[in-house]
Amino acid sequence: MNIIYGLYANPEAAQRAVDALRAAGSHLKFDERQIVIISGEPHEGYDFADSHLTTRPYRWAVLGGCIGALSGYLLTTLSQKGYPIHTGGMPVTPLWTNGIVIYELTMLGAILTTFIVLLRGARLPSFKSTVKDPEIWLGKILVGVAEPAEAARPELEKCLLLAGATEVKLSSG
Amino acid sequence: MLPISSEARGRMQRTVEQIEKDLLQPIFKSSVKYKIAVSLSAALVLAGASAFGYQLYNGIGVWGINSPVFWAFDITNFVFWIGISHAGTLISAILRLCNATWRRPVTRCAEAITVFSIIIGGLVPLCHVGRPWLAFWMIPYPNQRGIWPNFRSPLAWDFFAISTYLTGSTIFLFLPTVPDFAAVRDASKGLRKRIYSMLSLGWQGTPRQWQRLEVAMHIMAIVIVPVAVSVHTIVSWDFSMTLVPMWHSTIFGPYFVIGAIFSGIAALILAMALLRHFLHLEAYLTPLHFNNLGKLLLTTSLLWFYFTFAERLTTWYGNAPPEMDVFWTSIRQSFSPLFWTMVICNFVIPVPILSIKRFRTITGTAIASCAIIVGMWLERFLIIVPALDHKFLRYAWGTYRPTWVEDTLMASSFGMMALLYLLFSKAVPMISIWEMKVGLQPHGGGIITTAPATKPHGLVLEGPLPTDVPE
Repeated sequence: MNIIYGLYANPEAAQRAVDALRAAGSHLKFDERQIVIISGEPHEGYDFADSHLTTRPYRWAVLGGCIGALSGYLLTTLSQKGYPIHTGGMPVTPLWTNGIVIYELTMLGAILTTFIVLLRGARLPSFKSTVKDPEIWLGKILVGVAEPAEAARPELEKCLLLAGATEVKLSSG
Repeated sequence: MLPISSEARGRMQRTVEQIEKDLLQPIFKSSVKYKIAVSLSAALVLAGASAFGYQLYNGIGVWGINSPVFWAFDITNFVFWIGISHAGTLISAILRLCNATWRRPVTRCAEAITVFSIIIGGLVPLCHVGRPWLAFWMIPYPNQRGIWPNFRSPLAWDFFAISTYLTGSTIFLFLPTVPDFAAVRDASKGLRKRIYSMLSLGWQGTPRQWQRLEVAMHIMAIVIVPVAVSVHTIVSWDFSMTLVPMWHSTIFGPYFVIGAIFSGIAALILAMALLRHFLHLEAYLTPLHFNNLGKLLLTTSLLWFYFTFAERLTTWYGNAPPEMDVFWTSIRQSFSPLFWTMVICNFVIPVPILSIKRFRTITGTAIASCAIIVGMWLERFLIIVPALDHKFLRYAWGTYRPTWVEDTLMASSFGMMALLYLLFSKAVPMISIWEMKVGLQPHGGGIITTAPATKPHGLVLEGPLPTDVPE
């Protein structure tokens, strides 16, 4: 993947770069999905970071909990029916004790769903080669454009530098 | 306002580069002290493995358990280690939910304790079943034997509770480690780079990934707190659901949970003190963290005493003969030396140390924690053995003496904990690098913040820095 990117010392500069790239997108012929932002830490309170805010994982966790509860209910009731003992109509496993198993499986359902939703939402695991710059781990924020048109590169470089990039690089691979 | 040491003052000016360098260093370099610690703990584990091999060859009869004491060191160790597991995930989750910014260097140390102590706690019943290769019989699935787990038994509840807690705690530990795995990946070469590439799952650090990670951690923190409470409550029900004297008690659930948090915090303080020393994390695990955890430890020590007193007073006041037999055997008779050692270790030693600010230092909290670890192991032992020794029928009373096999297995469980923890510290940054960097952001709360009791969480210190805290 070819990426032209700038490194920014602070999130304010990174936000300026993202805004500039969004504004320049139409005439430099790239769309917003081609804008790449990478940092070594989360930055809350900036549009480039908060545009991904969502409450969907919470709802998925609740759904996972419900599925867990249903599994717990089925496990306890089906195994009760599977017991090879005769109880004269008495319950083999009373509701209270089933409730404990159902509770634990509810929680397990919520936990596993959260994990799966995170992996899916964050698009992990992903082993595609991507841009890696050691400066990211030293506090810099990378903002760039993936697969830019050849003719647009000088303009992009200028755009990134104007936003306050400490340096502009081209990564190919 | 809480005073800040000069060490902490220096740390506030710490840069991202320093954090990255300091916290990755233990992964790439090992000190002689570290190697000695690994060798000693590995030797203990080897001794335990040999004792276990001897037990497998000769049968469970090589243990000191016999009628009527069928649970002794093994279940003591089980309850003790499951209790220790409450150090991490529960405390970490509560501090995350409270947005207590001082938690940042502490959480991973704590979460790792949880995962390893649950694993060790879970291994103990496997040893106790005698034929561990048949342990899969406990898993509920349709089978030709026509055997189902008894869902009425608290031991079956344990299986579900501990499995859920282990799964949740492992995920809770793993999720915030992924970005740090990526940091190690990008700082490594060769085989190490390939291993960390897999562990980091291809983490890049896009805003979308960071946002999803934070939401997932928040959900996990919400879910894991009730799970942690349920785990030790269910462990207590292993005892209180039976009609053994002094076990059939409604107080056992909260009593066990408090005891677990108590021993867990002590284990965390001890682990942090050792990590600080062995991995040279003096700039990150500061007196402030020990001071704050020391306050939590003091609170739980007082709560532990309150529960112990309430439990004993209720029994004494009821004066039921079978219960009084157990009561007096632990307070006045054969088990009294252990009982009073427990009281000294869990209350008499820690309370003065932790109450007086001058003593609530790294050394002071570590000494109190050592005493508590011993005291809480004794507490578990004293709940189990005297009650089984002195059940309702006097002719069936018995005695229990541990054998060298049980002693060795117990010692090796501590060795295993140390070994797993040390190896983990070699593979993973023991302090979350990215969370420490967030602490440097203007609104990230700072690495150093005021104590929760003195100012709202998350506020960065403003104005001139106050005087030092004596260590």
